[in-house]
Amino acid sequence: MDRHRHDHDSSELSDIELRVRALESILVEKDYIDPAAVDALVETYETKVGPRNGAKVWTDPAYREWLLRDATAAIAALGFTGRQGEHMVAVENTPAEHNLVVCTLCSCYPWPVLGLPPVWYKSAPYRSRAVIDPRGVLAEFGVTLPTTARIRVWDSTAEVRYLVVPMRPAGTEGWSEEALAGLVTRDSMIGTGLALQPEAARA
Amino acid sequence: MNGAQDLGGMMGFGPVAIEADEPWFHAVWERRAFGITLAIGATGAWNLDMSRHARESMHPAAYLTSSYYEIWPKGVEKLVVQTGLVSEEELQVRHALTPPAPVRRVLTVDAVATALARGGPTERPAEQPARFAVGDRVVTRNMNPAGHTRLPRYARAKRGVIERVHGVFVFPDTNAHDWGESPQWLYTVRFSGPELWGAEADPTLVVSIDAWESYLEPDADASA
Repeated sequence: MDRHRHDHDSSELSDIELRVRALESILVEKDYIDPAAVDALVETYETKVGPRNGAKVWTDPAYREWLLRDATAAIAALGFTGRQGEHMVAVENTPAEHNLVVCTLCSCYPWPVLGLPPVWYKSAPYRSRAVIDPRGVLAEFGVTLPTTARIRVWDSTAEVRYLVVPMRPAGTEGWSEEALAGLVTRDSMIGTGLALQPEAARA
Repeated sequence: MNGAQDLGGMMGFGPVAIEADEPWFHAVWERRAFGITLAIGATGAWNLDMSRHARESMHPAAYLTSSYYEIWPKGVEKLVVQTGLVSEEELQVRHALTPPAPVRRVLTVDAVATALARGGPTERPAEQPARFAVGDRVVTRNMNPAGHTRLPRYARAKRGVIERVHGVFVFPDTNAHDWGESPQWLYTVRFSGPELWGAEADPTLVVSIDAWESYLEPDADASA
């Protein structure tokens, strides 16, 4: 751990900055990586990937059925495929059951649809408590569920990536798919949030 | 392995730190760490399970005090040394001292989009029928391997029910050690809150894991 701590020329930089910089220069010097490819990888996830919110599942019963039966294909049909989304499963919230997704062992997350995970998703507080105290975790996100509702936690311990389909809020009858999509937040697709209420969308 | 990565059910970490309008990266070095990890991974010198094992075999104190983008390059440092791509000495002096070792491929900028779109599917053809079906009652094994496993501690020796049968997938416990993919059937197994956490647990809680077939045994005590 201490091997990178002494660099008097770069004393402004932290240990981890120096380590990452050193690692990159060695890998580039040895032609194992192309710095332009590193740039392209970063830019892809900063500008071209997720989070994607849609509401087709609320307006198109055939699409909803397809998404719940074969999420990988149904999501690919919208153009979202690739790394960390190779095997998708969609799970639907109902008044009786609320779904919540976690990866207790690392940071598994459906990149093509939600983008890179937020820091909290990868952090010890969320990963440790989501499986034992999900109601406590949800309260920190401002979500309180009826005590009668079942909480269904999906720990993604394999390469299957889970996506929550939130409940469509009341009072949105007749809304367009595009307007409805505005109610679907990233957190509502992880299960740490609910879809926004119509008043929030108009605000 | 029973490492610091296996966090389910631990206590004492405090509340979830939620950041509004969080950026994708919080510093330039995080951007580079992310990009380097993906680019060097694309050489094929190791697989996804080997990279997970490199991260989780960090000292627990170091794992728990490192942010996720710190854990990634620290894992890469171990992997490049283990696979002979870079020496310990080179990491210490921070530049290359010896000619490069051969690698299978180098990710070029024009190949990035294709590589990301292709991803790394881990489903494999089934060579034998699944042992379990949806609704079957199972018990997870009590196992504490020194190597990699994806059976979390909180879900060992617990009674559950098969909820989904996903197909046949690469087995991380062997793949992480370069012992081969040894694909196995993969299932979603659900457990009640009280089964996992005891009588005081939230009775409305149901938790599932995705479990490979060899993690599971039929529940002999289950009434038909």
